[in-house]
Amino acid sequence: MSDERRFFRGFGVSFTQMFKKVTTEQYPEEKVPTQPRYHGRHQLNRHPDGLEKCIGCELCAWACPADAIFVEGAPNTEEERFSPGERYGRVYQINYLRCIFCGLCIEACPTRALTMTNEYELADSTRAALIFEKQDLLGPLLPGMVPAPHQMVPGTTETDYYLGKVTGAVAAQSAEAEARKLGTWTGPQADEEVTA
Amino acid sequence: MTVTSSGPSSPATQTVDGVTMSVDGVDVTVPKGTLVIRAAEQLGVAVPRFCDHPLLEPVAACRMCLVEIEGQPKPQPACAVTVAEGMKVKTQVTSDVALKAQQGVMEFLLINHPLDCPICDKGGECPLQNQAMANGRGESRFDGVKRTFPKPINVSAQILLDRERCVSCARCTRFAEQIAGDAFISLQERGAKQQVNISSDQPFDSYFSGNTVQICPVGALTSAKYRFRARPFDLISTPTVCEHCASGCGLRTDVRRSAVLRRQAWDVPEVNEEWNCDKGRFAFGYQVEGRLEHPLVRDDEGNLVTASWPEAISIAADGLRAAGAGAAVLTGGRLTLEDSYAYAKFARAVLGTDDIDFRARPASAEETAFLAALVAGRPVGPTYSDLESAPVVVLAGLDAEDESPMVFLRLRKGARTRGVRVFSVAPFASSGVSKVQGCVLPAVPGDEAAVLDALADEASAHGDAAEAARLLCEPGAIVLVGERLAQSPGALSAAARLAAATGARLGWVPRRAGERGALDAGALTGLLPGGRPLGSDAARAQAAEVWGVDVAALPAEPGRDLESVVAALHDDAAAVAAADDPSAVERAVRALVVAGVEASDLADPAGFLAALEAAPFVVSLEQRHSDVTQRAHVVLPVAAVAERFGTFVDWEGRPREFSQVFPAAHSLSDARVLSMIATQLGSTAFAPDVATQREELAAFGSWDGERAEAPSVAGAEPVAVGHGEAVLATWRQLLDHGLLQEGDPFLGATARTAVARLSPSTADSLGVADGADVTVSTDVGSLTLPLVVTAMPDGVVWLPANSDGSTPRASLGAGHGDVVRISGGAA
Repeated sequence: MSDERRFFRGFGVSFTQMFKKVTTEQYPEEKVPTQPRYHGRHQLNRHPDGLEKCIGCELCAWACPADAIFVEGAPNTEEERFSPGERYGRVYQINYLRCIFCGLCIEACPTRALTMTNEYELADSTRAALIFEKQDLLGPLLPGMVPAPHQMVPGTTETDYYLGKVTGAVAAQSAEAEARKLGTWTGPQADEEVTA
Repeated sequence: MTVTSSGPSSPATQTVDGVTMSVDGVDVTVPKGTLVIRAAEQLGVAVPRFCDHPLLEPVAACRMCLVEIEGQPKPQPACAVTVAEGMKVKTQVTSDVALKAQQGVMEFLLINHPLDCPICDKGGECPLQNQAMANGRGESRFDGVKRTFPKPINVSAQILLDRERCVSCARCTRFAEQIAGDAFISLQERGAKQQVNISSDQPFDSYFSGNTVQICPVGALTSAKYRFRARPFDLISTPTVCEHCASGCGLRTDVRRSAVLRRQAWDVPEVNEEWNCDKGRFAFGYQVEGRLEHPLVRDDEGNLVTASWPEAISIAADGLRAAGAGAAVLTGGRLTLEDSYAYAKFARAVLGTDDIDFRARPASAEETAFLAALVAGRPVGPTYSDLESAPVVVLAGLDAEDESPMVFLRLRKGARTRGVRVFSVAPFASSGVSKVQGCVLPAVPGDEAAVLDALADEASAHGDAAEAARLLCEPGAIVLVGERLAQSPGALSAAARLAAATGARLGWVPRRAGERGALDAGALTGLLPGGRPLGSDAARAQAAEVWGVDVAALPAEPGRDLESVVAALHDDAAAVAAADDPSAVERAVRALVVAGVEASDLADPAGFLAALEAAPFVVSLEQRHSDVTQRAHVVLPVAAVAERFGTFVDWEGRPREFSQVFPAAHSLSDARVLSMIATQLGSTAFAPDVATQREELAAFGSWDGERAEAPSVAGAEPVAVGHGEAVLATWRQLLDHGLLQEGDPFLGATARTAVARLSPSTADSLGVADGADVTVSTDVGSLTLPLVVTAMPDGVVWLPANSDGSTPRASLGAGHGDVVRISGGAA
């Protein structure tokens, strides 16, 4: 190829680019949705009645290659129940200064308690603010959910929750959550009177 | 045992009665009677197993270890077949038959095993998980409904049982029956319903129940203490040594984020094998609760206020400087060898006093002489393995199960496997004596000396005593004495005489972890490190050289023990009150350094606390707030056992070094704190670190010079008790109100219920039936407990010394050997 042809071919690249659609995004003025499977901030999911799905098993922490997750389990009691079954995650922290958003924790989770949202705006000015606690990670209360702690749907077992037989909070659970909010909760005995 | 390379074994590698066989085509020579599974281990072939445990008898319950043996029609369990000459074994490594058999067994085991590994405490360290991955098939062909049980059930307050996880390997039930002797759990039902369970009226309240959690190969047995607290990969493990008694058990301490979460028995074959007791396993909450965090000093109004370290050290040093040789040092049983050594050195080389005593319990001058003559600085022995092979072990004033559980386990092992005869000089056969098939030589408290003396002469003894006397003359016989003998005049002298007369070896089994170390380190009046008598010029010269001080500065006259120091403080207080000019009274004890002493452990708790109040200056080095810290002028916090390096010397005299589990802020060892005070007092050669202290102790070395004579105190005349009176027999149970068990409610709930024991005729004379209330009283107070009628001497009442509802020292002001009043019914 002669020198002249090379010369004009080079300018040709620039020239044709002037007629192409630009890919620059006007972030943050205009936000473009991510791909649906984008790995963003984590979310701790709830059962349909609002009990937490996390059982505090720490498999996410085990799977994490960046050591970003810290979990401490604890037993549920009759007075304070956070999840169906025996065990729940009392402490749940994800350190977003360490997290590499690989998603191995999501694969490890045996109860689908941990999933990832598409939220990617994770920046802050202090280290502490980027360690998300359980209350920062818990999913929103959807219709039919009441916040834990509260009892399981009367007459169901842990298995029923996983089989999808629980579809929403019942009156007894809502009453308990309300009583706890008002500080009038006196324990499971009082609850029997409410349901009666 | 000999391992040979492949090919025919050469004569040089053959053991005397070795058996040569082959595993996977590789020849190995092992001793006769070896199990096939162990022979395979020698070659590095791991046959999967659940029920097999080297310290338990074979049972072949789980069938996981099936291997092919040439000439046998079906696969055989490697854990239950002993080797034979020329046997050809093929494991899963080379045999498809063995592999298929193992995979089939694994598939069966997993049929009913729940898929709750994520919440199971064993998950991550589970033999079933590991072997399912290594030796199982990837897929199960079972698509039915798994058997489930309501979960979990409490077999005791501490131990929880998830029956659906159980693979019926019977490790726990075999442990309970063969090792601990507490057969409170057993396999019940048959077939798919087979389950471990307890009888409805007897929970699994064994002192050794925690071991079953550790040896359970699945997560069926878990402890309330650790349940759901962490996963194995969270934990940082450090080998440590137990601080609860003088057994010296090796432990593994598991820590997460600077908090101890779990302690397990470590495999130390010469000491605790692979076992430990529940106190050592579960009682560590005290290291967190009620801890002192900062130095405290008295302000102008006399209140204890937080101070900086330099300020507190300076005040302590000023007070001790003013007292000079008028200071006394009282240390307790929690101290390590290095700490006790530091106190011994601090008292002699810095303060110039010999008023030092490590015995925070009832003690006697006879015991001081006994320890100085026969125990202090002596080499290791008798040992645990000697106990196992002795023809006879006589326990005098020692309840092994309650006071030194590993001694009990070894005695039980010896009694079961080698026919070791155990005789106990005690008022009655406690469960610890029955479980070693032991025989009681009945002794009324105070009368132990006469019983021991009777054993020295076979001709005049009769009955069980004659048998014991005969066996004691055989080589290898052992006499073990406990701390209780110090309360029985003449008993330690009699034990020393008995050992000398029969040639039996003498072992002193203190109850606390630090006592033997303190004795060897010289933290006892009249003793320098290594058992050197203070009165010896050679010993003092050696001490002066190691410590870098002038020999004239060391005290030459033996000082006072705890009781005399307390008495002197009371005398001082009385003299001050009587004198017109208090400053003219020459105070004998001008300052106290107190470390690890709990008033309620002493013979006279109130008198001790009053003495502390009377003392002009008290420095307390302590881990937690206590009656002593409340009365001290300066309180200096020190490190708990997990936060420091150190050594405990077990009852054998074996040093058991341990390392720091995690460094804690504001946490210094006793020796480090003493070195700061010593520096402030102008001493230049007081090492703060464990390494230098160990070097100094090594520089002392052993002592082969003169020693004090063994004591020869005459036994007391038998106490005459009238109607409605009895001699009190009492000792501490393993699980009780001990301070180091605070903060562990599940453990406390497995303690034995306190009862009073009387002989049938004494009970009859009071008109009290078995199970009815009996009241024991003195002028100080009374205790009411349910009665258990027991075969024991008349006129003796037994109470646990520090249990729930039974605290004779505090409630009655009475100890072992004192006369108390007894009556039926409540007070």
